[in-house]
Amino acid sequence: MAERILISPVTRIEGHAKISLYVDDAGEVSGAQFHVVEFRGFERFAVGRPFHEMPGLMARTCGICPVSHVLAASKAGDALLGVEVPVAAQIQRKLMNYAQHLQSHALSFFHLSSPDFLLGFDSDPKDRNIIGLAQREPELARRGIRLRQFGQRIIEILGGRRIHPPFSMPGGMLRPFENADKEEIEKWLPEAYESVKIALERFKSILDGFQEEVDYIGNFPTLFLGMVSRNGDLEIYDGVIRIVDAEGNVVADNLDPQRYHTYIGEASEEWSYMKFPYYKPLGYPGGMYRVGPLARLNVCSQTGTSQADRELREFRQRVGPTACASFHYHWARLIEMLHAVERIEELINDPNILKKQVRARAGQNRNEGIGASEAPRGTLFHHYEVDDNGLVTKCNLLIATGQNNLAMNKAVEQTARRFVQSNKLVEGALNRVEAAIRCFDPCLSCATHAAGQMPMVIELRNRHGGLLDRASRG
Amino acid sequence: MDPVTTKTRLATVWLGGCSGCHMSFLDLDERLLELAQRVDLLASPITDYKDFPEVDVTLVEGAVANEEHLEHIRHVRARTKILISFGDCAVTGNVTAMRNAYGIEDCLNIAYRENATVIVGIPEDNIAVPRLLDRVRPVHEVVPVDFYLQGCPPDADAIYDLLTALLDGRAPVTDGRRFG
Repeated sequence: MAERILISPVTRIEGHAKISLYVDDAGEVSGAQFHVVEFRGFERFAVGRPFHEMPGLMARTCGICPVSHVLAASKAGDALLGVEVPVAAQIQRKLMNYAQHLQSHALSFFHLSSPDFLLGFDSDPKDRNIIGLAQREPELARRGIRLRQFGQRIIEILGGRRIHPPFSMPGGMLRPFENADKEEIEKWLPEAYESVKIALERFKSILDGFQEEVDYIGNFPTLFLGMVSRNGDLEIYDGVIRIVDAEGNVVADNLDPQRYHTYIGEASEEWSYMKFPYYKPLGYPGGMYRVGPLARLNVCSQTGTSQADRELREFRQRVGPTACASFHYHWARLIEMLHAVERIEELINDPNILKKQVRARAGQNRNEGIGASEAPRGTLFHHYEVDDNGLVTKCNLLIATGQNNLAMNKAVEQTARRFVQSNKLVEGALNRVEAAIRCFDPCLSCATHAAGQMPMVIELRNRHGGLLDRASRG
Repeated sequence: MDPVTTKTRLATVWLGGCSGCHMSFLDLDERLLELAQRVDLLASPITDYKDFPEVDVTLVEGAVANEEHLEHIRHVRARTKILISFGDCAVTGNVTAMRNAYGIEDCLNIAYRENATVIVGIPEDNIAVPRLLDRVRPVHEVVPVDFYLQGCPPDADAIYDLLTALLDGRAPVTDGRRFG
């Protein structure tokens, strides 16, 4: 008789979730489901509201990556106005996005995941957090906290506040960038470079000790999707979509983000509030693909900045041209942090950032607008239809984390098959199943336009749904 | 809660909200490490824990939006001495309560039917996903609340002021802080 294990709640992830593991008569894991358990209904209550309100409202889908939602909603608004955003505003928006990638990746690496690598997957759960890390490795923990602070501080300088900053609107930005802003950001750069490099070196030095995790925590072929610039650089603000397969072959290139619905579909299942996007030509669920840091490094030809490119070359030498192990999301995130610091330095030194014109003003010229950018967790699309009075009549949010849903489910199943040996849950196995989820750094508030606690539940059930064992954190 | 001999036991809880209030808590930056000298963070989305422990202070982010939130907040209240409604969703329902103007059916329909290309099922009433409440409610409508900290989110200074006032045994001042 098959049985079901429930892990609830999953901890140190950015959302509220449960995992069901199904165990067969022989005591082997035969299937898994990753359940996202929250729902808020943004796509409903956006309807009837003015599109100028969307950046401020949509920021509230997520407290971790509000900047992404402000940007996607602003870019959709630019399209509704039919304007070209002034160059200074474009540079400022890019700077905001890199700052956000930096703070969000720092949160994922230092605050949420590094306790697993640095304290150990089997260490005392009581200490497996940023405070526990601070006791064991005060210098590294302090650097991680300050790296996140640097990203947040840039957001605060440009946006007036760190979370839900009202910095951007359809047509441009709130205010011009000043020399004083540049001077403050510049002061942080040497420390930021140093901290990212210390984390990178440290991670690379311990990676060999995690071969089993690399091999069995979400290691399988999928497609990878991400934004690149016209010359193939890693791009997070405005580019085209490229899709590669597990061997690195380009499956599709130069796709227009505005036409996302021609190549991405979304499936609904009754057991999760998070939908299941898929690559349309391969159908559902065959069109599984991954997005986010690992996917971006797999799709780009190069990052486009010198230090990150050096790291990318080493990454590709060690793991091959296309990394399929989800554990390498962590490494990819560190390389992207280095890239973000390099881009931040470049952008604040671009003389055009100081230009005073930061907003293009126009009335509404179109009834449909789509905005896309790379959020820390992957490609984000906002799609609005509006009436002639500028009121939203239809809204669809295609969220980064959602696009990893099929792969996260598969990763949980693979990890459980390897580490859950019987129908009892032992702590280290439980933590590894959760770690499979943590690789993807899912932002579940975003994903269901919902919200919820980071904690999670795992339940062990038989095939008739009878509960066998339950592990809960919450 | 003797500040001299024992550490204050702190918990943070995330119900229906965007996690922005928790991010603002992390925006304490290095003050987190200072705070860790005075409190034990026993349960929080950033720690691993299984059962909600007995604590002195709990910060609750988010509104009560589904049946699990309802059950959880009652459990938390029973094990907490001082419960703080942390941020606008907890205090008023805020953005999480915006769906109250529409029925659940309507909201689910748009998300999982109209905005989907393949419909295997609609997430509702499944053994694994909790049932949504008809009306999202602020925390104090469900359990007694001792302090309110408004803001979407409250900034890190506001969080710091409130927590240190409680640790020092002073009455916290939350006047003059704005919503939004």
